[in-house]
Amino acid sequence: MSITNLLENWSDFRQQHPSDDRPHREYKWAMSIDLDSCTGCNACSVACYAENNLPVVGKEKFAHGHSHHWIRIERYWDNDGREFADQGAQFLPMLCQHCESAPCETVCPVGATNHTADGLNSQVYNRCVGSRYCNANCPYKVRYFNWYNYPTIDNVWPEPMNQQLNPDVTVRSKGVMEKCTFCVQRLTVAKSDARTKGRSVLDGEVQTACQQVCPTGAISFGNLVDPEAKVGKQWMKQQVDLNKDKQAKDAAEEAVKLRGYRILEELRTYPSVMYLEQLRESAI
Amino acid sequence: MGKDIREDIAWAQINKDVLKSLESPRRMYWVILFIAIAMIGVAVGSEIYQYTTGMGVSNKNNSHVWGLYIATFIFWIGMSHSGTLLSAILHLMHADWRKPIYRFAEAMTTFSLMTAGLFVLVHLGRLWQVYYVMPYPNERWVWPNFQSPLVWDMFAIATYLSSSVLFLYVGMIPDLAICRDNIHAGWRKKLYTVMSLGWEGTDRQWRNFRITYLTIACFLIPLAVSVHSIVASDFAMSNMPGWHVTSFPPYFVAGALYSGCAAIITLFIILRYVFRFEEYMTLPIMKKLVRLTFAIAMVWTYLNLIEFASVWYGHDQTAKDQLIFKATGPYAPFFWAMIFFGSILPLMLAFKRFQTHLPILFVVSILLNVGMWLERWMIIAPSFAHGHYPWTWDHDQWPSLVQWGIVFGSFGWFTLLFMVFCKVFPSVSMYEVKEMVYHRSLALKHKPAVKGEY
Repeated sequence: MSITNLLENWSDFRQQHPSDDRPHREYKWAMSIDLDSCTGCNACSVACYAENNLPVVGKEKFAHGHSHHWIRIERYWDNDGREFADQGAQFLPMLCQHCESAPCETVCPVGATNHTADGLNSQVYNRCVGSRYCNANCPYKVRYFNWYNYPTIDNVWPEPMNQQLNPDVTVRSKGVMEKCTFCVQRLTVAKSDARTKGRSVLDGEVQTACQQVCPTGAISFGNLVDPEAKVGKQWMKQQVDLNKDKQAKDAAEEAVKLRGYRILEELRTYPSVMYLEQLRESAI
Repeated sequence: MGKDIREDIAWAQINKDVLKSLESPRRMYWVILFIAIAMIGVAVGSEIYQYTTGMGVSNKNNSHVWGLYIATFIFWIGMSHSGTLLSAILHLMHADWRKPIYRFAEAMTTFSLMTAGLFVLVHLGRLWQVYYVMPYPNERWVWPNFQSPLVWDMFAIATYLSSSVLFLYVGMIPDLAICRDNIHAGWRKKLYTVMSLGWEGTDRQWRNFRITYLTIACFLIPLAVSVHSIVASDFAMSNMPGWHVTSFPPYFVAGALYSGCAAIITLFIILRYVFRFEEYMTLPIMKKLVRLTFAIAMVWTYLNLIEFASVWYGHDQTAKDQLIFKATGPYAPFFWAMIFFGSILPLMLAFKRFQTHLPILFVVSILLNVGMWLERWMIIAPSFAHGHYPWTWDHDQWPSLVQWGIVFGSFGWFTLLFMVFCKVFPSVSMYEVKEMVYHRSLALKHKPAVKGEY
């Protein structure tokens, strides 16, 4: 980019988004979470522990903030003026947002966290030196550090529990950062299966663990490039654009009932997870 | 105001006084050395425990991933700046009074950088892989991420450390030759012989020496400014509210000079006592140093206000909330202590009666550095306690004894290096003090009847 071009198109340059230059061709994994369906049952969190070999750190370490829930259910309360206590409970499943312009990726000194071609924010455990800069720069604070050596010293999986570890997922040692991968081990298998059949992964062929167990079907996951995918349809219906930092919901007038939004969009992280706002009594 | 130095000290006397510091310090020297080693013991023990058990024992957690290590890292990096200020900037400005005190200030630069470097290692989760940060050729063609401010840090600190070691060493060569000529046996003789590089004091050697010294001085000044600016970009480049402030680099540089000057005052008083340097580290010099510190303290205060103002008038509501949180939340006592020690206490230094009162200055200079350390901590801890995302807000975190132990021990490590240096190498620049005495006696010869101050 020449300097004249830079000066003339400064505002465009500032607005430019990484995937404008290199659009996703085959895959762009994305998620949408319907907060209206979420009951806060924590099944997604449990499934994630089982699928991704997350250590159950115990009460004491959990209280110290050393937990590893890659997807966590956050509770918010809106009890003012309600008839029954806790009626205003709201739940928000929070997981790595797989930002298209991820703040964690630029700051890692060793390049241990990268963007993949199919739009995932990947974490290379072997490369991580544990500077924890990625977590410091993550606005969502969804990155979890291995504060202890869970597999060996802390013995989180005593015999025979080590038999239930997922063989497709690394058991991380102390000193590395980890986070939600959108169940990348499942995605790789699905992609390679599809490739042998000479096509792309079809919608519904691959599910993340959290999506699979969600009793109310609040989580949908799929390929945003695929026009048939449920996720893509949801994003389209809610007029949520991956490459924008402000969505139609904020601009729309009251009459238009749009619910789709992404968290902390104004930081221009371009997250891949869309949330569907919970419907309130007043809105129905 | 008195003279910076007496013009009638004989050159031989200067040699004798300074060389004596290599041999017979007061008993206090050994006490300090012993305390320093004990402090290092605490840190080493804590680090071994942390290394074998895991970072978790430092009581950081998933929303407070950085703690005292990074805060103290910035503190030590900052401390290193005043050596360069005294030796390089004041050298270029021909400020004569720096001459008796710049050598130890420069040593302080080097050793505080070496202390800061250790914190990088202590902080890393997998310190045995620290070489990943360096660009080294490997068969997989994997490079560090040059976008990351931490990589810039690595380059900046490595460059600054190597240049300041070089600067310290080059400036010491004529003095090392004096040591060589005055000591007749033992390992010291061998050491000085090798390190003085065959210095004989010929005209040609002096000319080359002057040019080299000036060149390194000029090279070092932009480097010193850039190093702390880069450390500041670790924060300014991130999107954390409270860190994402454009004025951070100058703010950090001012803070660095400030804490460095305060540390020079502390060490000035200690060396003056321990090595009996009353003739060289004189009160008029202290007065100038104190005035310099006062000026820098006011610059720092101003930049601090700018930082608050730019957050306050900015449109980032989270950053504004965080500022209020800092001033009123659980960190409020430390925040206000920082304001008191950093901005109010130095006002004392404006009064003449305190400018040469050594016991008061000793206490005040240490308190100023406490304030500057608190400033660094106040940049780290409250920011993590009140970030963009509400989930992090109710997580309270207090550093564990392991963190405190390592921070405590780092002061011992610095003191040990510094005290050993002062015992092995001349901590007052003999040749420059001679120059100073010479110029002063020349000036007096030409202007015999000056009244008042001179």
